Amino acid sequence: MIRLETFLIIGAIVFALGIFTILYKKNAVGILMGVELLLNSVNLNFIAFSKYIDASINGQMVALFIIILAASEAAVALAIILNLYRLHATVDVSQIDDMKN
Amino acid sequence: MIQTALFIWLVPLAAFVINILVGKRLPRKGDWLSVSAIGISFILSLILLVKILINWDPNFSITASVPWIDLGSSFKLNMGIYLDNLAVIMIAAVSTVSFLVHVYSIGYMEGDPLYNRFFSYLSLFSFSMLGLIMWDNLFGIYIMWELVGICSYLLIGFYFEKDSASNAGKKAFITNRVGDYGFLIGLLILFTTLGTFNLAQIQEGISKGLLSGGWLTAAGILLFAGAVGKSAQFPLHVWLPDAMEGPTPVSALIHAATMVAAGVYLMARLSFMLSFNAMLVVAYVGGFTALFAATIAITQYDIKRVLAYSTISQLGYMIMAIGVGSYVAGFFHLVTHAMFKAGLFLASGSVIHAVHHSMEKTGIHGDPNDMRNMGGFRTKMPITHLVFVIFSLALSGIPFFSGFLSKDAILGGSLAFAMSQSNPVHYLLPTFGFLAAAITAFYMFRLIIMTFYGEAKNIKLFEHIHESPKVMTIPLLTLAALSLFFFYTIPSLNPMGAEGGWFMHLVQKPVSAVALQLGRSVYTISEHAEHAAHVNGIMISITLAALGLLLAFLFYYWKKIDVAAFTKKINPLYKLSYHKYYMDEFYHATVVTGLLKWNDLLAWFDQHIIDAVVNFMAVLMRGFSSFDGLFDKYIVDGLVNGVAAVVGIFGRGLREIQTGKLQNYILGAVLGTVFIIILSMI
Repeated sequence: MIRLETFLIIGAIVFALGIFTILYKKNAVGILMGVELLLNSVNLNFIAFSKYIDASINGQMVALFIIILAASEAAVALAIILNLYRLHATVDVSQIDDMKN
Repeated sequence: MIQTALFIWLVPLAAFVINILVGKRLPRKGDWLSVSAIGISFILSLILLVKILINWDPNFSITASVPWIDLGSSFKLNMGIYLDNLAVIMIAAVSTVSFLVHVYSIGYMEGDPLYNRFFSYLSLFSFSMLGLIMWDNLFGIYIMWELVGICSYLLIGFYFEKDSASNAGKKAFITNRVGDYGFLIGLLILFTTLGTFNLAQIQEGISKGLLSGGWLTAAGILLFAGAVGKSAQFPLHVWLPDAMEGPTPVSALIHAATMVAAGVYLMARLSFMLSFNAMLVVAYVGGFTALFAATIAITQYDIKRVLAYSTISQLGYMIMAIGVGSYVAGFFHLVTHAMFKAGLFLASGSVIHAVHHSMEKTGIHGDPNDMRNMGGFRTKMPITHLVFVIFSLALSGIPFFSGFLSKDAILGGSLAFAMSQSNPVHYLLPTFGFLAAAITAFYMFRLIIMTFYGEAKNIKLFEHIHESPKVMTIPLLTLAALSLFFFYTIPSLNPMGAEGGWFMHLVQKPVSAVALQLGRSVYTISEHAEHAAHVNGIMISITLAALGLLLAFLFYYWKKIDVAAFTKKINPLYKLSYHKYYMDEFYHATVVTGLLKWNDLLAWFDQHIIDAVVNFMAVLMRGFSSFDGLFDKYIVDGLVNGVAAVVGIFGRGLREIQTGKLQNYILGAVLGTVFIIILSMI
């Protein structure tokens, strides 16, 4: 039997990796991937808690919702990125600073 | 009866309102409206008169009122009508004369550009005059008193494009103002002491002694001052002769028969509150005016001015009668005088009308009122001549005519008064009266002989003289009939006295509130003295009237005495009379000039003192405002701009944080989250 702490530590590592990806990557698509990592680490936590503490399926339901949400979020975000590319001919977020000042 | 009286009063008002608004567009310019309105009043007033004749009750009176102004306990005023025999007879007299004058005016005013306005003014006058008679409190009487004054002003100045006419209107109005001021103060004395304007309540209050002594005398004299102005008594008589500038029907209606008699009517109404001293003042003013005006009338050449001075003189008689306590005689003379004096004016109007038209036709320029242009009109104007003689006989106090009855009653009354007094000075009053009676006969027949007899002065003018149309002669004949004695003596037919007649029966001397207050009669005239005085009075007055008449014939008809030589002999006296005792000049030199000087002074004060103060204030205000402006600019505006500048500096600093780079924001969010987590852990 794997202990709950193992799941939580893996979740935390994945979350940290996601944050790092978002902050480090200059490519907008890479940032999007980082966001996916964040969502999945949270999913891991929900499922672990539902298995070990709650003994109900509430956590698993929320995880399902998050997966669907992630899918739609990816679709919308990719559309935004496509438009961004059409306007600026690049997906490097460090060069896109229209909102400066 | 109250409803009938209300109709009599308000129908002319309705005619006035309609006529002044749309009269011009009505057929015949609305004259029928005014005439029929006063016609209705006339018929209704005759009905009232018949009613009181059937009643045959000397103490008849009826009153009705509705609340009008209510200011709590301090001031309450009712609007009400008070009718007694005096009021009903007065209403009948006024509406009769007014109706006849309306009819006469249709002929006299024909073709006048302001024809419609003339009739609406006449209606307004009838309304105000009737209201003055009916109202039961002095406040309402005062309102109507001023209304007849304004009608008089409007009608005197009816030919306002003429300077003399508009000046005469102003003179009448301003002179009346002097008297009305006294009236107003008298009213205020009554109100402050008795707290009411109602005549019956005033009488009650005075009987109880709430107002007595000097104040009562003062109130009586001050109210009399109003009558002095309106009834043209000395020294405020100067306006009435000038008032003849108005159209002749107006002179007949307002300045002979009704409005000027309003003062006498008021004194008759108020005779209950006259103290003995006040009565003496009234009697002497009246008696003096009677003689004074008569002496002026002798030398005037303007036909209307002679009649005007005659009116003043006759009003003096009436006032004197009130003053000596012969209240009934005074009022009697008012009614008979209204008939024959209105008639005289209308007849003179008929003459003037004829002369005026003749002058227009022949192109002769001159004054149509001047008797020196007339002469021998007897053959050309037989009806006018006939009525003129009848009216003059009545005015001169010849038996068988109405004037004899009333004038004789006054003279008898004043004689009885003098006989009952211990002070022989009071014999002056009957002396004034008798002398004036003789002079009256003289100047009236001087007028008739100069106008209707003798040679025509100007043949061309004479040839175009014609008798006036029927619409003018019928009112004249009616008034002539009303100047005969038997209208006033029915049921007795004694031409020498009206004692048995309805008039003397219905109008009784009111109980003097002053006498009630003092618990005794102020003065008593014994029956015997009155009877003796009456018989003597008849003898003297007939003799004197006949003497005056004879003198007039001697001077002007038979020419036994040369007028020119005679006037030269008494030149100073003649000049004095011809120039009306220089009263106008005197007033001009004192009152008018003084007022103008005072006006100049006030104008100077206005220009140099008040204007200077105003300008200085303006400069001061300008200095203050420029200081105020500086404060606004540097302090208030500085504060507002300072706040804005501070906010701007902060904004510029904060702006640098906004890099527009996505990852900076996220880093901020992550660090913030971490910071909050660390905070929550501590």
